[in-house]
Amino acid sequence: MNSFFERKFVIQGIFITIALVIVARLFYLQIIDDSFLLSANNNVLRKVTVYPARGIILDRNGKVIVQNEPVYDLLVTPREVKDIDTALLCQLIHIDMAGFKTRMAKARAYSPYRASQFEKLISSETYARLQEHLHKFRGFYVQNRTVRSYPDSIAAQFLGYIQEVNDKDIERSNGFYKPGDYIGASGVERSYEELLRGKRGIKNLMVDALNRPKGVFMEGKYDTLAVSGDGLVSSLDIELQVLAEQLMKNKLGSVVAIEPSSGEILTFVSSPSYDPNLMVGKDRGNNYMDMLNDPNKPMFIRPIQASYPPGSVFKVVAALTAQQAGLIDQNTIFNCPGGYRYGGGRAIMRCTHVDGPTNLIKSIQMSCNTYYGYVYAKMIDSRGLPGPKAYDLWREGLLKFGLGRRLGIDLPGEKGGFVPESSFYTKRYGNEKWRSGYNISLSIGQGELGITPLQMANVMAIVANRGFYYRPHLIKGIGEKKIVKQEFTEKISAGVDAKYYAPVIEGMSRAVNMGGTAASVRIPGIEMCGKTGTVQNPHGQNHAVFFAFAPRENPKIAIAVFVENAGYGGTWAGPIASMLVEKYLHDTITLPKYIQDRIYNANLLPEVEKKKDSAMKKNPTIIKKVPVNSPKQTSQSTEKQELLVHHSQVRRTHE
Amino acid sequence: MNKLQNKSFLGRIDWITIGLWFLLCLIGWFNIHAAVFDPEHPGLFNLQTNYGKQTIFIFTAVIIGFCILIIDSRFFISITPILYIIVILLLIAVLIIGRNVGGNQAWIPIGSFRLQPSEFGKLVTCLLLAYYLNTQANKTPNKQTLFIGACIVLFPVGLVMLQPDTGSALAFFSLIFVFYREGFVSNLFLILGALAILLFVLALLINQWILIGIIALTSLFFMFLFRKRRKNIINTGLLFITASIYILGVDFAYEQVLQPHQRNRIDIILGKMDDPRGQGYNLNQSKIAIGSGQLFGKGYLQGTQTKYNFVPEQSTDFIFCTIGEEWGFVGSVFVICIYLILLLRIVNIAERQRTPFARIYAYGVASILFFHFFINIGMTIGIVPVIGIPLPFISYGGSSLWSFTILLFILLRFDSTRKGLGQI
Repeated sequence: MNSFFERKFVIQGIFITIALVIVARLFYLQIIDDSFLLSANNNVLRKVTVYPARGIILDRNGKVIVQNEPVYDLLVTPREVKDIDTALLCQLIHIDMAGFKTRMAKARAYSPYRASQFEKLISSETYARLQEHLHKFRGFYVQNRTVRSYPDSIAAQFLGYIQEVNDKDIERSNGFYKPGDYIGASGVERSYEELLRGKRGIKNLMVDALNRPKGVFMEGKYDTLAVSGDGLVSSLDIELQVLAEQLMKNKLGSVVAIEPSSGEILTFVSSPSYDPNLMVGKDRGNNYMDMLNDPNKPMFIRPIQASYPPGSVFKVVAALTAQQAGLIDQNTIFNCPGGYRYGGGRAIMRCTHVDGPTNLIKSIQMSCNTYYGYVYAKMIDSRGLPGPKAYDLWREGLLKFGLGRRLGIDLPGEKGGFVPESSFYTKRYGNEKWRSGYNISLSIGQGELGITPLQMANVMAIVANRGFYYRPHLIKGIGEKKIVKQEFTEKISAGVDAKYYAPVIEGMSRAVNMGGTAASVRIPGIEMCGKTGTVQNPHGQNHAVFFAFAPRENPKIAIAVFVENAGYGGTWAGPIASMLVEKYLHDTITLPKYIQDRIYNANLLPEVEKKKDSAMKKNPTIIKKVPVNSPKQTSQSTEKQELLVHHSQVRRTHE
Repeated sequence: MNKLQNKSFLGRIDWITIGLWFLLCLIGWFNIHAAVFDPEHPGLFNLQTNYGKQTIFIFTAVIIGFCILIIDSRFFISITPILYIIVILLLIAVLIIGRNVGGNQAWIPIGSFRLQPSEFGKLVTCLLLAYYLNTQANKTPNKQTLFIGACIVLFPVGLVMLQPDTGSALAFFSLIFVFYREGFVSNLFLILGALAILLFVLALLINQWILIGIIALTSLFFMFLFRKRRKNIINTGLLFITASIYILGVDFAYEQVLQPHQRNRIDIILGKMDDPRGQGYNLNQSKIAIGSGQLFGKGYLQGTQTKYNFVPEQSTDFIFCTIGEEWGFVGSVFVICIYLILLLRIVNIAERQRTPFARIYAYGVASILFFHFFINIGMTIGIVPVIGIPLPFISYGGSSLWSFTILLFILLRFDSTRKGLGQI
C-alpha cells in the first residue's frame, strides 16, 4: 500500500457512478418509454391480407354461372433482387426489357425494402412455367388470389363485372377497401357487392430484417380468418338463358322472362352481349375499351335501360284500366270501320283492317286500333273532368302496372321509362283545354310512352297472375340459407280486379291459338296467351315485340321479346318467345327447323354509320338506330307505305 | 515454493472472481445462442454455429485459465518483455498479412480461426506497464517515469490506430486509472479531463463563440469571487484562454481528424443527426431491441429483434441487445451488477497485493474491463457513440474471450501467491 491508497475510492466511485448511469438509462428505455415495443412490433410484424373467395353465383337449378379461378400476382422486393437472369424472367412472364425496367423502377419507388406488385394476374399456365424457375429470381414472390370465371360465358349484363377499386370507392367505403382490392362495378356483382365480397382476413406474419417471412406471430392469436363471400342463387335458368342468347345473336334487343308466381327472372338477355370472361385478366382494359367503342353498345343493359313505346301490347293495359274505371265491360262494342276518326272527323288513326263491330275479346285478339281510340276517348273525355285531370287519373292506373317508374330490380342502373304527366301536354299545347284527340296515339301504346322490356315482361306477369306481381328480381337466394330479400316476397297489386282479366286473357289466347295476330307461334299442347306488337320506329325499321305468358291456367312463364329494327313482331319476336316458352315448359322445340335456322342465322345488326353518335347523345335512353334494310326482309319494305305515324302495325294474317 | 503453499493452493484462489467470470461466460453463451439461433441447428453444441464455436472457446478458456493458475506467477513477470515484443511484432504483422474484415485490418487467419492481436495488446501493455512501474515503485512519481509509462501504452495504440481500429485503441486510454492510482496524475488532471470531454461535447452542440462567451462570463464571476487572491485570478484567466483555444480546436479536430463515419456516430449520439435507416440504423435497432424488452423481457429465444437479425453484429458488439430484449430490465441490471461486483472486487484484490507489480497490473485489468463494459453497453443504449469493441466474456469470439480470460486469470494467479510472492 502506498500514499495514494484513498484513490481506490475515487476509482470505485467512478465505476459505481457509470453503472448507475447505465441503469438509469435502461430504466428510461425499458420501463418509461413504451414506444420501443411498438417499434419492435412494427419491425417484425407484417399484416398480410388474406383475400376471401368471392361468393359464387348459381342458376336456379344449382348450375354454376360464376366461379372463382386462381391467378397469381408476382411481387418483388427490390433490395433483395440480385444477379438474376432478367432475360429469362421477361420471357417467362411475357414482358420485354423496357417493361422490366419500368416495373422495377415503380417497385423501387414504392419501397426498396417491401414487396410490391411486379406483374399481376398471371394465369395458371404461366405460373406453372414460372414456378420451376422461381428459385433463381431472388426477391421475387408469388401471391395467389382469385378472379372470376364464367363457364358458359353468358348473362354478361346481368352478372356485371368487377374491377380494381378507385380512389372514390375507397373514400366512400370508410376504409373498407384498400388499393388493389376488387369491387363489383356493374350488374349483380355491384348490387350484391357487400354480400359477395366476403371479409378479408389478416395474418400477422413475422419477418426478419431482410423482410423474409419467419412464421406466424403469437401462434396466430391476433389473426383473423378470411370469410368467403355469400353464394348467390340466381333465378336464371341457364339452359333457357343460353338458348335465348343464341337466338338473339346478331340482333339488337332484349328478352326478359319472369316466373309470374314469384317475380323471379328466368331469362335476362341484352343483345348484343359479350363474353364476361373478357372482363377478367390482363386484357381487361383493352377489351373494356373495345366494348365502350362498339357502336352496338354491348355494355348497355337494354332490358332495364332501353325504353321504347310498347306498341299494341299496351292495349292489354288500356283494356284493363278502362274496365276497372267502369268505362267499358266485356260486352262493350265499338264499330271499327278501319280507323278511328277524331278531332271532329278531320283526323284518322287507321286500323290495318276493318273489324266491324268489335267487342273487348276481339279487340285484343285482332289488336283493333279503333277500339282503343274509343276507349281512350271515353277515358279522357267522358268522365266529367277536364282533360288533364282525367289524364292523370288514367296515368295513375298505369303507374300501378309498374310503368313509368323503376320496378326495383336488383340490378344497378335501372331506368323507369317514361309516362308523361298531364303537365307535359299542358305545356306542349299551351293550355289545359286539351282532350283525347291531342295524344290519341297513347291509346295504342305509341307516342311519348317509354317502357322498358322488363316493365313489359312484368305487365305480362301481372296479367298471368290476374292482378298482381312480385318485384322482378334476379337473385332468389342469398348465402347458405337461401334467404330471399323481403322486398321480393311482397305481393304488389296492379289496381285492377281479377275478374276484369278474363276477357283480356281470352283475347290473348285467341290471338295465338285461334287465328289471331300471333297464330304463327302457336305451341302444340300449351295454351300460350300472347300479343304481338310492332313498334313504330320513326328512324327506321320498326321494332318487333312479342309478349306472352303460358300456360293460360297456372302460368309458369311470362315473357317479353324485343327485337330492334326487325319489322313485324310476329316474324321475329314471336318465334323467339315461342321457342323459349316451349323449351322452358316442355324442354323441346317443335317449331319447324327452317324457322329456327332463319332466326339463328339472321343478322339484324345495323350497319355502322357515323351519324349515329350524335343521335345517341341527344337521347341516350331511347334507342334510335340508323335505318337498316336487312336483305332478308324485302317483304317488309313494300308494306312500309301503309304505315302512318302513331299507328300500330297490326295485320290479320301474316305470310 | 514450499509444501505449505502447495497444500492450500486451491484455498488461496479467489473463487468469487472465478464464479463471476464463469457466470458471465455462461450468460454470453446463452445469449449468443439466442442471437444467432438457427432452427436447423438448435443444439448448443453444434459446431457449425457460433454458439457451438463459443462452447469450444469457453472450454478452451477454462483450460487456459487452469494452466495459468498452475504456472508459477514469476514466470509471467519474467516473460513480460518478451510477450510485449511478440505482440508488437504481431500488430505490425497484421498490418501486412492480416485479413481485412469490415474495414479493419485486425485479424490474422490461423486455420479456421482468426487471431486478433489487438486483444492481446491490452494484456501485454498491462503487464509491461506493471513491470516497468514496479521497477520505479520506490521513487516518488516523476515525469520521466510517466513519460516512459505513457510510451509503453501509446506504442501499441499507434499500431492499432493504423489498422485502423479506433475502438480498441481507445481502450488503452483507460489505463489512465493506473497512472491516477499510482500518483502520476492528480485529481485536478482527472477533473480537467472530465471538463475537456464536457467542453468537447458542448462545442459540438453549441456555437463555439457563444460557448466561449458563456465561459468568459463564468470566468469573470470566479475572478470576482477570488478577487482577494491574485494567483487565483491569473489561474482562472489562463484556464479561460486554454478553454477558448481548445474549443476552437475541437471544431478543427472534429472536421479534419475524425473520419466521416466517426463524425456521424457522434452526431447521432448528440442528436444532431437523425437517420434511423442509414447511419443511425444500428443504434436505432439496438434501442428498439433493448427498449422493447421492458421489465421482464420477452423470454429466452423469444426476442423478435434478436431472432430476425434487426441488429447487426448482434452476437459480438451488440450482444447486450439480446440481454435487454429477452431478459428485460431485470436481466440487464443483473448483468450490470455482476460487472460492477467484478470491477469492485478487482480493485479490492489490487489493494491487497503486496507487490506494486500485482497492484498495478490489477488496476490495469480493472481499467480495461471497465472501459469495455461502459463503452459497449453505453453504445447499445445510446449514451456513447458506436465504437466497435466487445463486451468482456459475453461477446462472441475466441480472441476476445481468451485475452480477457488470460488478463483476469494472471491477476488471480498473482493474488493466489500474494503472501509468498516476495520482492522480485
